[in-house]
Amino acid sequence: MSKSFDVYWKKNLTLIAVLLVVWAFVPYVLGIFLVQPLNSIWIAGFPLGFWIAQQGSIYVFVILILVYCILMNRLDRKYEVDEQ
Amino acid sequence: MSILAWTYILVILTFALYIFIAWRSRVKETKGFYVAGSSVPPLANGMATAADWMSAASFISMAGLVSFMGYSGAVYLMGWTGGYVLLALLLAPYLRKFGKFTVPDFVGDRYYSNTARVVALICAIFISLTYVAGQMRGAGIVFSRFLEVEVSTGVVIGMAVVFFYAALGGMKGITWTQVAQYCVLIVAFILAAAAISLKLTGIVVPQVGFGSTLIEGERAGQYVLQALDGIHIELGLHRYTEAFHPDGMGMLSVFSITLALMVGTAGLPHVIIRFFTVPSVKAARISAFWALLFIALLYTTAPTVAGFARYNMIDTINDVPYTEAPEWFKNWEQTGLVAWVDKAGDGIIRFRAGEPFIGPPELTGERGEHGQRLVANVPTDNENELYVDRDIIVLASPEMGNLPAWMIGLVAAGGLAAALSTASGLLIVIASSISHDLYYRILNPQATERQRMLVARIMIALAVLIAGYFGINPPGFVAEVVAFAFGLAASSFFPIIILGIFTTWVNREGAIAGMIVGISFTMMYIIQTKFMGMDPWFFGIVPEGIGTVGMLLNAIVTVVVSAFTKSPPAHIRELVQNVRTPRGSGSAIGH
Repeated sequence: MSKSFDVYWKKNLTLIAVLLVVWAFVPYVLGIFLVQPLNSIWIAGFPLGFWIAQQGSIYVFVILILVYCILMNRLDRKYEVDEQ
Repeated sequence: MSILAWTYILVILTFALYIFIAWRSRVKETKGFYVAGSSVPPLANGMATAADWMSAASFISMAGLVSFMGYSGAVYLMGWTGGYVLLALLLAPYLRKFGKFTVPDFVGDRYYSNTARVVALICAIFISLTYVAGQMRGAGIVFSRFLEVEVSTGVVIGMAVVFFYAALGGMKGITWTQVAQYCVLIVAFILAAAAISLKLTGIVVPQVGFGSTLIEGERAGQYVLQALDGIHIELGLHRYTEAFHPDGMGMLSVFSITLALMVGTAGLPHVIIRFFTVPSVKAARISAFWALLFIALLYTTAPTVAGFARYNMIDTINDVPYTEAPEWFKNWEQTGLVAWVDKAGDGIIRFRAGEPFIGPPELTGERGEHGQRLVANVPTDNENELYVDRDIIVLASPEMGNLPAWMIGLVAAGGLAAALSTASGLLIVIASSISHDLYYRILNPQATERQRMLVARIMIALAVLIAGYFGINPPGFVAEVVAFAFGLAASSFFPIIILGIFTTWVNREGAIAGMIVGISFTMMYIIQTKFMGMDPWFFGIVPEGIGTVGMLLNAIVTVVVSAFTKSPPAHIRELVQNVRTPRGSGSAIGH
């Protein structure tokens, strides 16, 4: 395969890695591991840890997929591997 | 008009709609039957995926589970949504580029082996069959509660409807009915939630109301969760929002179950094949976004229903004389899903920690001195007098919120839509695994289109009959099905599909060994701990979370065995390079 393909694939892997770090950090670190200390912080009517576990992480997942779609479509066009 | 009349009208109307859609989208060739001709627009595929995914369990049981579990209910909320990020980033675009019909197709081709194909198709069938039996049961229960027919009659009606549109329209018929079913179920769920939020907090958006203050009752002015925590402490329970308290799950269980549900979601064949139905790689990516957005509408609403219903239930029943209990309490008492034993002998309903009596309620058919229905169960020696089945939290929420009769009928129609849409998606997986992967790809590669369509339709009929049988005669392990289906999906497909895309050197020997070790370990562990009474011996991980370990084992074995055996042939490396870029994705092709 060509050199530009290797660069494309590497950028793709970097993007996936960054997004997956966020994907793991929000539910597992904030929503589970640190839930007890975060629950002592109330924002409006929500203890923060509880809110992240039952609401916030779901919003983050939706945003992650949207970001992935936008950036990947841009990457596809830049390296001319998009569908015509 | 009565609740029953409204329910009949709404259920019949929605069923007529599903059948009409199926008739309009009937298909004649296998491509339409298996992948809807790869012509489903991404937005529609997102809705269909959401309906496919959200089963009777999501619609009826999940809010109830969260309501009783408090914080740890988050395992379902995060676990059943987080998997879509994995699907979107790691699986959907590449499998769409690969462009075949089924998951065993990819496994068989990427690992150039019919053995791998057969192992994969057995997993796909097993996962889908365990799952579909639960859906038929769910449909039967909704029928019996709302339409006052026998559970078995309800199952048969559900079977007939699903068979009609699955056999006629295949994936195409199912996709468009699922779009309609999504609309029915989401409108029903959100209207019920908005009404109860409005009643308690004066705010119509439940996700906002959940973080607002109560507008009536003695706790008016307090935040909903503050009031809920306060009530729990008064009753001698742990706070609703408290994590890892001794009566709930520990951190390790929450962690492992969440992860097992996420990777299991990404490995479920009926979810993966939805991404074969869109026209391009770009469409596959964005339809994963739509799917999760539509799922998130229900999944962020469910925990609010859980909290509101919990507060409302305790507030309107606890320490209230039975004779003054609200109407819905007495309605649901008829079904045996709520029950009250007057331990203190003073006619007042007391809700405290612990189970009120041993086992599920067995109505004696007689009434006590206050008019309550008596149960034959042996009372426990704690002070709790109230039994509430978790499944009524959603189904009774319109009544708790004093909603009009038509809303209650709509919730029933929504529950049926959730059960039937998931059942039909699973039936297609079973039918295509046998008729495409086994019959066409292995047994009779010369089969004509006509023969293949006939086998596919016969397989749908067979699968409907088996699912219906288990719906009417549920095996004792229905409650354990979730652990099984997700554990197996996590420990079979997920690792080898990812390794198959992101490495070129993982080979046939590795994949077969990995799948067999992953599934054997997971099945053995679930059987040992669920059915043979063994303690969870693997670092105390509960069976629901063991899929996480099975997945890791599968991945390790696959990598190690591949490292010591012959590399894949050159054409496989080309295949892998090819799926990594979107360019050149045509529509799905037969072989």
